[in-house]
Amino acid sequence: MSDATARRREGRARFWREYRTQRSGMYGVAILVVAVLAALVTPLVTDPSGLDVTRATGEKMAPPSLGFPLGTDESGRSILLMVLWGSRVSLLIGFLSALLSMVIGTVVGIVAGHFRGWPSAVLMRITDWFLVLPSLVLALVLAAILGGGTSTIVLAIGVTSWAGTARLIRAQTLTVEARPYVERSRVLGAGHWHVMTRHVLPNVAPLVLANTTLTVATAIVTESTLAFLGADAGQASWGSMLRGSYDWGAVTSGAWWYVLPPGLCIVAVVLAFTLCGRALEVVLNPRLRGVS
Amino acid sequence: MTLLEAIDVHVEFTARGRRARAVDGVNLAVGEGEIVALVGESGCGKTTLARTLLGLERPASGAVRYGGAPLTYSTRALKAYRREVQLVPQDPTGSLNPRHTVYEAVAEGPRIHGLPGERERVASALSRAGLRPPERFFPVYPHELSGGQRQRVVIAGALALEPRVLVADEPVASLDASVRGEILALLLRLRAELGLSALVVTHDLGLAWNIADRVAVMYLGRIVESGPVEQVLSAPSHPYTQALLSVLPESPSPIVLGGEPPDPTGIPGGCRFHPRCQVLAGGQAAEAGVDGRCRSQPLDILPAAPGSRVACHFAEAGRAPA
Amino acid sequence: MTQRETQPETQPETQREVRRETPPETRRGRLLELRDVAVTYRSAAGDVPAVRGVSLTLGEGEALGVAGESGSGKSTLAMALLRLLPKTARVTGGILLDGEDVLTMSWGRLRAVRWASASVVFQGAQHALNPVRRVGAQIAEPLLVHGTATPARARTRVAELLEQVGLPAWRERSYPHELSGGQRQRVMIAMALACEPHLIIADEPTTALDVMIQAQVLALIRTLIADRGISLIMISHDLSVLAATCDRLAVMYAGKVVETGPSREVFTAARHPYSRALAEAFPTVGDLASRMAPRGLGGDPPDPMRLPGGCSFRPRCPVALPSCATRDVELWPADRTPDGQIPDGPALDAQAPDGQAPGAPPPDGRIPPEHARPVPRHTAACVHVLPEPAKESA
Repeated sequence: MSDATARRREGRARFWREYRTQRSGMYGVAILVVAVLAALVTPLVTDPSGLDVTRATGEKMAPPSLGFPLGTDESGRSILLMVLWGSRVSLLIGFLSALLSMVIGTVVGIVAGHFRGWPSAVLMRITDWFLVLPSLVLALVLAAILGGGTSTIVLAIGVTSWAGTARLIRAQTLTVEARPYVERSRVLGAGHWHVMTRHVLPNVAPLVLANTTLTVATAIVTESTLAFLGADAGQASWGSMLRGSYDWGAVTSGAWWYVLPPGLCIVAVVLAFTLCGRALEVVLNPRLRGVS
Repeated sequence: MTLLEAIDVHVEFTARGRRARAVDGVNLAVGEGEIVALVGESGCGKTTLARTLLGLERPASGAVRYGGAPLTYSTRALKAYRREVQLVPQDPTGSLNPRHTVYEAVAEGPRIHGLPGERERVASALSRAGLRPPERFFPVYPHELSGGQRQRVVIAGALALEPRVLVADEPVASLDASVRGEILALLLRLRAELGLSALVVTHDLGLAWNIADRVAVMYLGRIVESGPVEQVLSAPSHPYTQALLSVLPESPSPIVLGGEPPDPTGIPGGCRFHPRCQVLAGGQAAEAGVDGRCRSQPLDILPAAPGSRVACHFAEAGRAPA
Repeated sequence: MTQRETQPETQPETQREVRRETPPETRRGRLLELRDVAVTYRSAAGDVPAVRGVSLTLGEGEALGVAGESGSGKSTLAMALLRLLPKTARVTGGILLDGEDVLTMSWGRLRAVRWASASVVFQGAQHALNPVRRVGAQIAEPLLVHGTATPARARTRVAELLEQVGLPAWRERSYPHELSGGQRQRVMIAMALACEPHLIIADEPTTALDVMIQAQVLALIRTLIADRGISLIMISHDLSVLAATCDRLAVMYAGKVVETGPSREVFTAARHPYSRALAEAFPTVGDLASRMAPRGLGGDPPDPMRLPGGCSFRPRCPVALPSCATRDVELWPADRTPDGQIPDGPALDAQAPDGQAPGAPPPDGRIPPEHARPVPRHTAACVHVLPEPAKESA
């Protein structure tokens, strides 16, 4: 048993050693660390009262100044403060709903790909149903039924966005299942659980990671759309800031400080996830090693 | 004495709406410590028969018997069977998960079966398969190995379960000529050291000559000739065996059969080999007065007997075919 | 040193034999000549020498087999002949096709040569054909591309070509997936023949095929080269297949030719231990010596980036001498003497001065200068010249 844990620890150490050689992946990690730290530290160093429209101290739509380094919005609130607090909501919703979506999609995809016949058929019909359903409307309905709050938004986004992942994972599962090593494993006596966890899952993992990257991005965008349509988490997020800037014509009035900070934050976080996903893929797939 | 046995096995597939009789009545026995070569062209059903013997396909009729008892297909029974009969697959590269190290690949079987002493088991399997010192290969990934070494890892993976029979499907077809002999010698050594039996599926008669005790020649789902290697390969009775031997590069007068490998969805009546048979086409069958039977009368299924057997009207007519 | 001095005395006899049996290349003229060809792949980890100085000639209408295991450089060499290698490969030396150096040709000239003078039959016919185009159109493509035929003329030519490779003319309307493996390989050969080349390079043309289909394809290739005077370079790891098809064989190991000679002789009485191992890998059915005794070669092919010093075959060689670790022997004449004896190799020189730089060609391992000796038909790069193998017959 200690042998197994030692090997696992050694495996983790090896993984990190190899990950560190991926320069772009390290940039991605750096951006994510900064974003997550900012989200964690914000409540300790800033006062959330500045987010209240009625207690805003600044001038309306003021450009960056010493008091307000990133300017103010239409109610005179500090954009910097909003971006910092917004990161908490956006990241949390992005992470959690992508995680939920990934878990549902991966489980459904692997099970549908592994068991042929009727279980696969039933699961794929359900998947198709979720795929053709207008997910935004479904999410809105879900949010309305379940009431407001972060967990509602996470659930609404997660439950409506897994279908594409499931299709993708199922396709990859089918190709993995056709490999001779899966047959060899069966001949060695492996059951369904062993094949799915030891052979299929590690082989679809890079795909899951890459897909999660995109899902986090989509989730952040979906969250902002939902916020605009009235189903927000009750707090300022990057998405709702973009929405607000759009509503107040920030672009046409030249109020770049209202558009760029939340926009760049979204781009940076999405990019960071992509870089990390790529690097992980290279590390997890021994055959890609050494190829640039 | 007989360890693994196919009794009147039929296996069918449906391909594009047509029924293919891939294995169409086969009796075959592998005795304890015996190496049997199953020889035939692609599409003759030899791989399907091997998969059926491994319990990967279920026969439409007939049975697989191991140690005298018929194979049952419950999950538990099959898992127990896996410890006795193991596979050496054709393509060692594809048969190793690229994400698993050599250690993990060899330890997979023992882990599935929860066998004690995993590390010692893996080390001993690797050294038996000729990868020494085994510890040096533990952390290595398959892509860092040569083709011959990969095949040894796959064989070690099977040996880690301490099976009594190996079913090898074209074990050297994808390997370089130079490593081929090494892998075949390994199979012979395993038989000598561990008393392992083996069924080797191949299209290569030289392989049968190299390592097998008995050979069974398969054509279109049936065994057409079987017997001790020396007898069958030195003095073949079936025209198909004769043709296969004659096209070996060394042979002085090749009999190149026309046409493509036959189609299991349309098995001809009479003797299933008659449309391509050189003895029938050359008129010798007519001289012996069996040509009518060749075209219309099906042959009996050969029994799984140790002696030489042939399913051919012409050979049965008592003439040594030219 | 003594060996070199005794060499001239044995030469007149060898000379007579050479006159009796003129080597094919002088009889029929040289179509292809390789002069010290070397191919190096540049990679992130450093330069990988894949072919390390190969000199060969191919006469008109001659069939040359190139044998070796994967990594021996045989496929790289074949692809280098028509500059089909990726950009990371650097080719040096000279490749003279009909007297013209392929390596210095312009791209336009090279394109013309690739179809009109020489063409390639790749291994794995199922991947080399376009799955969504009819095979007739694929065979006609080079004719139309090079403007040598009108569409109507091309149709007739396709029918002719299919006939030549033993397929019915109506097969031109088939898609690749409708054909069996053997038929696809025939289509590949028909494509190679389309522009009536002088030279066909076949890379493992029968490796994935069954014995019977392999026999059919080999018979087809033999007929084509005999009837149409086409030269052939065939690449394979199976010495028995090459011996049955080719006039001469060249055996490659770690990027070098280690033995050349007439096919039958290389196959049945290889002088180099590596060729001997390759030849013995495929037993003769009926040969009792190989019954229950598969023979192979231990060890693995060397990493081209970390070749051992001296003879690169030494780590796997069953007959290596201590001196093999430091000296690499060049190709050495290994022709049978007129009285049927197989001559000694340069092994007597084993006591040659030690301490030579590994890899540097030792002066006493060399063949005497060309003008001083006849062109040997059979050469081997080994300190030993192995004696005739014993064969028992059933």
